[in-house]
Amino acid sequence: MALAQHLPALQVILPLISAPLAILFRRAGPAFLIVTAAAWLSFAIAIALFLQVDASGLISYPMGNWQPPWGIEYRLDRLNSFMLVLVSGMAAIVLPYARGSIEREIPHESHYMFYAMLGLCLTGLLGIVITGDAFNLFVFLEVSSLSTYVLIAMGRDRRALTAAYQYLIMGSIGATFIVIGIGFLYLMTGTLNLADMVPRVAVIESSRPGLAALAFISVGVSLKVALFPLHQWLPNAYTYAPSSVSAFLAATATKVALYALIRFYFTVFGDNFVFGKLPLPEFMLILSLFAMLFANAIAIFQDNLKRLFAYSSVGQIGYITLGLSFDSVHGVGASIMHLFNHGVAKGAIFLLIGGAVARMTTRQAAPPAPTFERIAGLSKAMPLTCFGVVLGGLSLIGVPGTAGFVSKWYLVLAAMEKGQWWLVGAILVSSLLAVAYVWRFVEAAYFRAPPAGRETGKEAPFALLIPGWLLILATLWFGLDTSFTAGAALDAAQQLVHSGN
Amino acid sequence: MRDDLVLRVVGRLLIPAILLFALYVQFHGDFGPGGGFQAGVMAAAGIIFYSLIHGLVATRRIVPDWVVETMVAAGVLIYASVGLAGILLGGHYLDYSVLSSDPIHGQHRGIFWVEVGVAVTVCGVMLKIYYMFASRGGAED
Amino acid sequence: MLAHFTNVITVFLMVAGLFIITARGNLIKKLVGLSLFQTSVYLLYITPGKLIGGTAPILSPAYTVYSNPLPHVLILTAIVVGVSTLALGLALTVRIREAYGSIEEDEILALDHSVEDDEARESH
Repeated sequence: MALAQHLPALQVILPLISAPLAILFRRAGPAFLIVTAAAWLSFAIAIALFLQVDASGLISYPMGNWQPPWGIEYRLDRLNSFMLVLVSGMAAIVLPYARGSIEREIPHESHYMFYAMLGLCLTGLLGIVITGDAFNLFVFLEVSSLSTYVLIAMGRDRRALTAAYQYLIMGSIGATFIVIGIGFLYLMTGTLNLADMVPRVAVIESSRPGLAALAFISVGVSLKVALFPLHQWLPNAYTYAPSSVSAFLAATATKVALYALIRFYFTVFGDNFVFGKLPLPEFMLILSLFAMLFANAIAIFQDNLKRLFAYSSVGQIGYITLGLSFDSVHGVGASIMHLFNHGVAKGAIFLLIGGAVARMTTRQAAPPAPTFERIAGLSKAMPLTCFGVVLGGLSLIGVPGTAGFVSKWYLVLAAMEKGQWWLVGAILVSSLLAVAYVWRFVEAAYFRAPPAGRETGKEAPFALLIPGWLLILATLWFGLDTSFTAGAALDAAQQLVHSGN
Repeated sequence: MRDDLVLRVVGRLLIPAILLFALYVQFHGDFGPGGGFQAGVMAAAGIIFYSLIHGLVATRRIVPDWVVETMVAAGVLIYASVGLAGILLGGHYLDYSVLSSDPIHGQHRGIFWVEVGVAVTVCGVMLKIYYMFASRGGAED
Repeated sequence: MLAHFTNVITVFLMVAGLFIITARGNLIKKLVGLSLFQTSVYLLYITPGKLIGGTAPILSPAYTVYSNPLPHVLILTAIVVGVSTLALGLALTVRIREAYGSIEEDEILALDHSVEDDEARESH
């Protein structure tokens, strides 16, 4: 049998094997090489799978040759093949960065554990995306969550511990809600295969257990997504985690949870039911607006750059759920696009800030928090880092020429299709809030004098600068050439929206 | 507690029995209740029992940290390589039927090695958790 | 009501667990609540899978009524997840206690706030 046929399994298995191998070697060097090799290979596999799906439309892989719906099936359509590229691509870029970045953040004897945990986290995220089995989705969710808690707790600040603990409690509640929802679905339909569930759910979805399942899954996944009132865990987790972890999580973790939300709403329950018969779109619209306006406004008043961009993430998630609530090809397409574009831009920003922090760290000391006081006048010392953050910020605002513009454009298009012009105004206002917090950075980094006593530092280490700039260049590239992102996202939306059921 | 004669004698009698029973549960898992998870927990319980009587230092001499960590990793690798063997022998990932010329025998062989992997990892994880907690803040270390 | 007494127990455990998580400030007690909450889900899955008088699904002409084994398998996985979550939570609590000298949420928050005030004072 050709190896190409087994790519869906290898996609998840390679990072999974890399983690125990890293532990087996117990040394940072080999652990780094193994996990990085696995991440790059899985990126290559993700691209190959994306092309395969592009050609054939759908791939199904029966685990252990137990045919679906009895066995666990890995099922690829346009949406999740696109997600696989994002997740594995971010891992491939973050891992080389991590080697230089954790040097000052994590004691050297735990480095191999860090790589093993990153490998497991990647396994879990890829698994959530690729699996076609509801319970398998929960298991992978916990694999990624548990390793994420460990990764966050590895931050040098002791507040990383409380952040990880808080996330553990919230995340476990979320995961348990999801498993309760899946339990109701299983009790009512007698199947765990998501595709097999579709016709059976259609019969029972209006029943009380069906609605309860939808409610539990909605709340549970929203906790993981950090949808507005459930976002409390996110700012601390992103702020105190090691830089590479912040970047990886910001770019992938919430995005994968959003994928799960889309999968349950559009595939399993069907958008005709979720958005057509229930008052969910109105509800989602209101929460999205709160996220876009409040979280972005809170971001402006943060003193710590990492926390500022963490709140900005909560705001950006609002755009994505706003697009979903339209339940149109353009709206959902804009959501999927923004998922990708925001992941890339936010990942880049966190990587660049991490580089600056690493340069400001004196040997042995804990890395300083990137407060506005500390980064005053930073552009003279680190022009490339600052320029990169500004470009990433422009994408968050949605300036033409950046990737953020493309997805916002489609979002505005979808709002106008619905005839809801006031939403265009809301998107504009929240973009202005984004201008405000990006401007705070520009003002501090470019126009303020460096604090007295800070030695004129150098540019951030190149090993940390290059991955960040790669993502910034990707942001610019996808802002100009939209054939990959917009093409794939609109195709995926076409497959999801009003697909019968 | 090292001087407590009763505990030492009871431990000496019980610990081999616990470990043996763990093996029984492991290998009997194909035919009756049992399997790698239970066996791994039992084996770990036997070792933890030893540690309660003779102390963490003595236990760490017999089952050092690197052995425990290797067990954690090795079990997952055994599991994963059973799956990869399925691919190499021309089936799907985790397809046990191709592990032998007779599919039923192949299923048997596959689940046997998977259970071995589970037992090794579970035993390692239980010991690791115990070591981590027991070595914190006490006079032992 | 009596026919659904397992569901009543499940829901009681679920709500009790969630209540403990939100109402208690002690990090260990929160974990106890979390475990209770997760355990209630095991009941939710297993009780509908069991038929009274049903045997294990062994193919034999002597038995005609089988219990569904799949929920048990699923919950075995969920138990492992629960154990790992609990172990990790406790490990974090140990580390928090070493770093803060307390496992009470309000005291930890107060310590964090005083640190943040110091940081703000330093930088101004």
